[in-house]
Amino acid sequence: MSHAAMPNELFNKSIAELAGLLAAKTITSVELMQAVIARTQAVEERVKAFNSYDTDDALAQAAASDARRAAGQSLGALDGIPIGIKDVIAVTGQPLTASSKMLANFVSPYDATVTQKLKKAGAVIWGRLNLDEFAMGSSTENSAFQTTRNPYDLDCVPGGSSGGSAAALAAGEAIATLGSDTGGSIRQPAALCGVVGLKPTYGLVSRFGLIAFASSLDQIGPFTRTVEDAAILLQSIVGHDERDSTSFKTEIPDYRAALKEKKGPWRIGIPKEYFGEGLDPEVAVAVQKAIDYYKSLGCEIKPVSLPHTEYGVGVYYIIATAECSSNLSRYDGIRYGHRSAEASDIVDLYFKSRAEGFGPEVKRRIILGTYVLSSGYYDAYYLRAQKVRTLIRQDFLNAYKEVDAIITPTTPTPAFKRGAKADPLAMYLCDVYTIGVNLAGLPGISVPCGFSSGGLPIGMQLIGQPFKEADLLAIAHAYDSTHDWTKRTPNL
Amino acid sequence: MSVPEDLNIDRIANLARIALTPEEKAKFAAQLADVLTNIEKLKQVDVAGVEPTAHAFPVYNVWADDVAQAGLSIDDALRNAPAQRDNMIVVPKVVE
Repeated sequence: MSHAAMPNELFNKSIAELAGLLAAKTITSVELMQAVIARTQAVEERVKAFNSYDTDDALAQAAASDARRAAGQSLGALDGIPIGIKDVIAVTGQPLTASSKMLANFVSPYDATVTQKLKKAGAVIWGRLNLDEFAMGSSTENSAFQTTRNPYDLDCVPGGSSGGSAAALAAGEAIATLGSDTGGSIRQPAALCGVVGLKPTYGLVSRFGLIAFASSLDQIGPFTRTVEDAAILLQSIVGHDERDSTSFKTEIPDYRAALKEKKGPWRIGIPKEYFGEGLDPEVAVAVQKAIDYYKSLGCEIKPVSLPHTEYGVGVYYIIATAECSSNLSRYDGIRYGHRSAEASDIVDLYFKSRAEGFGPEVKRRIILGTYVLSSGYYDAYYLRAQKVRTLIRQDFLNAYKEVDAIITPTTPTPAFKRGAKADPLAMYLCDVYTIGVNLAGLPGISVPCGFSSGGLPIGMQLIGQPFKEADLLAIAHAYDSTHDWTKRTPNL
Repeated sequence: MSVPEDLNIDRIANLARIALTPEEKAKFAAQLADVLTNIEKLKQVDVAGVEPTAHAFPVYNVWADDVAQAGLSIDDALRNAPAQRDNMIVVPKVVE
């Protein structure tokens, strides 16, 4: 049976389009939710994007949205729009697994700040999306439950760690989704699945209620069909939060209005270190065409240098694993999470619960992180990595003296086959173009910019200046609103 | 790839409180040696006089007002406990 999806189906429309249809009462939120549920039930067996979803709960939320609208009390563009949530973001009364056996039976006792904000904006919280266990990976193959498939080629991975968030959106199983990005976990799957993915500046979006992986790098962000939708969804989740001590107090602009107000031309930097060995020629050509488009708009295209790029992966895998070894020490089998039935005493309970609850990649990273923090190695690894992190950050800040934004490929290659990167180091190197943005705390967005000859999506990454998401989105919108890559849909 | 002599996987696994099988130990030791070899090139970077970065945008002195607020109810707090009795979490005996 074929489920070829037409672009004009409700489940393939953007937030902006659907908000117009809802406001005009052409459709109801319940009808939209029913369309998304029907689509999900038709394709999910093949895509495997969701860890769980609750149709009764989603339809009740949609009905409440319709009631608000009928009473003239609509909450805005997101009211009644189904938003999928990566299964590391807490939603009261719903499962929260991090795709780990450790949390297989965990139910959230509270909402993440972003969940509360989405609810206040009237969004319909729709399902919990698969990921690499505890967000550690680049393919979702590390999920303890299932490997999500790339909707454009079911033999290929959707990327990761937010692979479920990207695949569900590309497949029409949600209208937008949230993910989290520690080293590329929003931007890389967005590129591989042909959708827009934004990692905001570190500190712009509260991490309260996000299961922690590497706290100095983690940031929640939107997956959407258009850059305009990214502006809409970002608007609803940003802002200072007392419950996250790293949350930043900064003025919040109107992101959607900025798309029209900020017209350029911009100065755009091209870092040579991101266009070297290992870059697939089709990806290079697609990104170059996008750069040429900006040139045609009158933008100044300038070569810039980010000389410490080659150290990014090393710095990342020291800092991220060190932080994860600390953060994941809370999973001890005592208060919540998996508890071993085989333990002889309390210490044995820790060892066995963690051995049974964590998968191989999580164990590897905890071991590596414990090693680089251990007595005698701290200075050589962790402290040195933090210093090189300073240099990587300075590279970007120096480049921004001359340019407004930087364009790179999001990934070295389009989506790869399942099982193709069994070696951990090969998988780690997938993140080479996205890691620097996290280390420097910058905003980065992946925007679809073409397809490979094999029909797989290609993404370019635009990197902005700290807390200048309005400018970054405007620059990305100038391309996205004049190209139709994001209007294509997979043949599922 | 050979395993660095100083990568004592038993010591690290003990610090991390994870029981590893002999197969896991052998596999992880080899894979981590690979990763550490890749990381070695950080030693080429001149970091003299460079301050470490813990957070990209550090914020200092974040205080919460000292005001009592409602927390989780007992039911919510115990909802995910692996074992409970009389509003408490049950654990193996820790003192003889």
